Formats: sequence, C-alpha cells, structure tokens
Amino acid sequence: MLPTKQMSVQLLRQAFNSSQPPPRMWRSHELKERYDVVIIGGGAHGLACAYYLAKEHGITDVAVLEKSYIGAGGSGRNTAIVRSNYLTPEGVRFYNESVKLYEQLSDDLNFNVMFSQRGHLTLAHTDGGVNTMRRRAEVNQIEGVDSRLIWPDEIKRLCPYLDVSDHPRYPILAALYHPPGGIIRHDAVVWGYAHQADVRGAHIHQNTEVTGIKVKKGKVTGVETTRGRIKTGTVLNATAGWASTITTMVDIKLPLTTIPLQACVTEPLKPFLDVVVVSGSLHVYISQTDRGELVMGASVDPFSSYSMAGSLTFLEGIAGHVLELFPALSNVRILRQWAGICEMPPDYSPIMGFTPINGFLIDVGWGTYGFKASPIAGKTLAELIATDKTPDLIAPFRLSRFEENDLVGEKGAASVGH
Amino acid sequence: MLLLTCPNCGDRNVSEFRFGGELSSRPKDPSALSSAEWANYLYMRNNVMDAQTEWWHHNAGCGLWFLAERHTRTNEVIKTYPYAKRNA
Repeated sequence: MLPTKQMSVQLLRQAFNSSQPPPRMWRSHELKERYDVVIIGGGAHGLACAYYLAKEHGITDVAVLEKSYIGAGGSGRNTAIVRSNYLTPEGVRFYNESVKLYEQLSDDLNFNVMFSQRGHLTLAHTDGGVNTMRRRAEVNQIEGVDSRLIWPDEIKRLCPYLDVSDHPRYPILAALYHPPGGIIRHDAVVWGYAHQADVRGAHIHQNTEVTGIKVKKGKVTGVETTRGRIKTGTVLNATAGWASTITTMVDIKLPLTTIPLQACVTEPLKPFLDVVVVSGSLHVYISQTDRGELVMGASVDPFSSYSMAGSLTFLEGIAGHVLELFPALSNVRILRQWAGICEMPPDYSPIMGFTPINGFLIDVGWGTYGFKASPIAGKTLAELIATDKTPDLIAPFRLSRFEENDLVGEKGAASVGH
Repeated sequence: MLLLTCPNCGDRNVSEFRFGGELSSRPKDPSALSSAEWANYLYMRNNVMDAQTEWWHHNAGCGLWFLAERHTRTNEVIKTYPYAKRNA
C-alpha cells in the first residue's frame, strides 16, 4: 500500500529536522478513579474497539488494561494472514467487512500497516477437499467475495515452486483461489490502533493486570487491578486465550478450551513465493514476508495449555509437510519458533456481545482466526457499547446460541484439523 | 511435557496418548435438563490456568482411559491415576 499524502509530508518534514525525536506512539497515564468503558486486553481487538468508540461514537473516557505490553498476546504471535473465504454465510459476511476495513486502514490510521493483498490459495488434496472448496467458492461468490476454484495448471502459474505433480503422497487436485487475501504487518496494526486511540483520548495502561471484577445486583460496578480500583459500568473482556480467567471472576463459564498454536519463521530467501499457501489436509500455511522470511504455521497443539513453549514435535511435523509442498526448501534453516494461545469454541466461531451480567461484555472465542477480524470486531463492539444493541453482523455470534442450539459451524477456520 | 505416566504401562512418550479434555460430571437425570443445563454440560468448560483434572487415553498403548492432574500453565503433571481411584 502506498504511503498517504500526510505521511509523505510528515516524512519530508522529518527529513529536514534531524534533531526532532520520534514522537511517542501512546502516552502513559495515572489510573483514573472512574472510566465510562474499561477494555480488558491491549491487543488488536481491544485497541480497535477503543479507537472506534472514540472515532465513530465520541466515547473517549476509555481505559485499555493490558497485563503485559501492547500486542504481547495473539496480536503479535499470529501469522498475519487476512482473508474472508470462509464457509458459513455469517462468517463470510463478517470477515469480508474486516477485509474492507483493512484495505482502508493505512489511510484511516495514517500509519502504514503494509497490507499486501497477494492472493490466498487453499489447497485440496482429496475429492472431499475439492467438494468443500467448491462449496466455499459458491458461498463466497453469493456474498460478493472474490473466490473461485482453480486447477493445477493455474496453481502452477501462481506458485511455480509448488509441487503440483502426482508424486507426493497427497497430490494437489485443486485450490480455492482468493485474490483479496494476503498478509499484513500485525505489529503495525496494533501500534496504529493504539496511537489513534491515544490521540483521541483513550488511556492505554500497560502492565496493569485485572485481579477482580465488582458486580452488584447483576450489574458491573468496577474493576480491581494490580494498580488500584476503577469504577465503571461497562467492561469488555477482549483477552482471547486468557478469556476464561477473566469471566471466571464473574462466575460465567464459557464454551472455551485454551490450546497453544505454534508457528515458525525461516532464514530470509530471495522473493519466490507471491501468494499465501494453505493446506488443510497437511495442516500447514506458509507465506513469504517482505523481508524474505517464510512464516509458517500448523495446527493447534494436541492438548490444552496456557504454556507458550514451542516443541520439537511441531517443528518436525511442519518441516515434513512444507517439504511435501515445496521440495526445493530442503536446505532452508529455521530461524525461530514461538507459540500463542487460542481459546477454541466448539463451532470455530467467535462469541461476542452481551452476557447474563449487565455491563459485562465479551469478545472471545477467537481461536485461530482472531487477528484477521480485529477491525470489524472492534467496530461492531464499539457500536454495541454505544447503542446498547447488537449489530446484525455479529448477532449470530451471541453467547446464548449454545443453549438455543444455533451454532455457527465454521469449518473454513484454519489450523483446527478438519 | 514429553512423558506421561500411564497407570498400567508407566512412563511413556506423550505422543502415545490422546488428550480427552477436562473432567466434568455427567447429569444425573438427563431427561430433566433444561436447554441451558444441556448447553452447560455439552459446551461450557472451566478452562482453568491452574491444576486441572483431565482425561487421557493411552491409544497407542494399553488403551486405558485414565485421569491426570496437570498444571495448565507449566504443563507439570502432578499425578496420574485410574478413574476408579479418583476419590482416593
């Protein structure tokens, strides 16, 4: 994405003024006694919500509480893929709005988030897989999303180093091609939202852990933190992997299990991979960053945990799968690996909005697909907080769907082994 | 976590086992449950960041389903035991 006009002017001005220190992206504040809205979790979701609350609804008396540093959790640990080619109409509509916001985000935040819409391929290795891709393409097209089924000759043109022969154990039969999908600089998204929320008056409190939530007669009245108490009538739980540890403070049980998801990155190579390549059957997704490193992820770990330690089992598994797709990478070395934690709901769809406790809202269940939803999740929740009504776009994701037996089975989610 | 102790087979590589989720109690009278109670049993989880009692299956070994107490932040296994000895 090209830098904006404002950025060029700023850049030019900075070039003639070498003594000027770089501006702070956000400030530190003393904890106020009271805020209109308290957002727990300083990741992309929480910060986006703070930004849209201020920008679209004029609500600026907002605190974002982060127990560590901004973007320390899933926002800085995901593989930065953005797409909207899901399987359920509810999911496609929702993520498509997110892609649209991402397309405008550099301009909107006046900060280059390096969104590169390079195209996204989901490979199918079995007849069943091809049928699923065909179904996804149909649903996507009905919802107005650019997405279609392509065959090995076109796959080879888009991605020449991919082995599309019939030699591998699971030969590539077809792919779902989604041109608007791509990758983004995830840290820039977090910093951009934090900066613009700060400029508009929201307080970002890092190293501030929530230790308790006060509820009186079924209504939220305040939050206790490691830095003191805050009075507030509205609390949003946007803590992703740690969501259950917050809701347990108000005695709400959620349909979530926290499971680590690992990823790794190779040494930098010359640019050779234009598209994002995903294989559900082989549990792998791979893209090449602007620096030339290959970012790779696999499926979630085999058991639940809050530990963010990496494992050799993961590295061995992903190396084998990547080599099946790209045999030419056999001498490439891994630079580093890491893990993030994902709170998995039973239907792979988020859980957003109201809870039985008045003023306690949730933005959880983000499993392996939370980062790509940050802008639209923040925007719709800001609308929900401002208007006290659930926007239509997120109504299918309400918490009460579980007892109403109205789940949103999103089998188009990544890394969940189906 | 690399090893898990099967009550029958002793210390084995964790890759031989399948994780079965946190231990929950079955409803006593399923026909009397409301929708909310069913949802609670089917979907809702404590998901603690603490010691957790959970199911494991030694699927590449003796086939036993047994219980483990494991800390979910450190993955330290405190103990493993057969379901029949859960209150011992």
